[in-house]
Amino acid sequence: MASLTRDEVFARVAAQLVVALNVDDDQVTPESRLQADLGAESIDFLDIVFRLEREFGIKIPRGELFPEAIFSGDPDFVQNGKVTPKGIAELKAKMPYADFGTFEIDPKMETIGDLFTVDLITLYVESKL
Amino acid sequence: MRWIWIDRFVEFDSGKSAKAVKNLSMAEDHFADHFPGYPMMPVSLMIEGLAQTGGILAGEARAFREKVVLAKIPTAKFYRDVFAGVQLTYAVELIQCRDEGAAVIGRVLVGDVLVGEAEIFFAHLDQARSQQLFGDHNFVFSGELKKILGLAKLSAN
Repeated sequence: MASLTRDEVFARVAAQLVVALNVDDDQVTPESRLQADLGAESIDFLDIVFRLEREFGIKIPRGELFPEAIFSGDPDFVQNGKVTPKGIAELKAKMPYADFGTFEIDPKMETIGDLFTVDLITLYVESKL
Repeated sequence: MRWIWIDRFVEFDSGKSAKAVKNLSMAEDHFADHFPGYPMMPVSLMIEGLAQTGGILAGEARAFREKVVLAKIPTAKFYRDVFAGVQLTYAVELIQCRDEGAAVIGRVLVGDVLVGEAEIFFAHLDQARSQQLFGDHNFVFSGELKKILGLAKLSAN
């Protein structure tokens, strides 16, 4: 199949998110955070993986798009609720398509969820096509 | 109370699809109130029937290694009322099955007539952990439902 532009990938990803998360079209922007902005819960992440696999005909191995149990409480990676530089490097290795700009300014453990944006999905899917 | 909303498996294609039937009877408690003089099968119980059929299909596909729990119903549409005295068929197709969870599409039929359809999502929990958290009695795979599947397999051979 002819290769898709980023806009086309985004549009199709957004359509799947509208169904999976029961949100309106105009709520889904590239910067939208899945949990904070679109109300995604843990079971929704699996639904999103299933839908992306079907929509794009790709295989998404477990943990490749949405890493699970990212640090398992390892003190090398998290200290006093903040992610250490070693932890940030580990995150970047696991999530090469995430945008760490905002996170790096104040790397709190509880804001890791903000890294899961629509853009993360769009870039990941693009890389698989 | 017993929570079994399917009567018998009539088809079982391991890892792919299954059909179970549910006979609606005036003897069932819920018809007394839902509704007096109008014994209409609650949609929630038909969705539960689809979930039990689909949950067994998903569990069997992985040899019941994990507990299969109903996690999400992304879509459900029902088109007509059904009443005591009919036989429902729950036809489910396994569309996804992975380590973390499974998805089925289920249709409720009376003969060839489509009553409703739903997409159902299951999460897989490992046995040891879920035994700790929940005990045995809260899940789709109480012994009763597995026995129903066992009967179906016997009659197929």
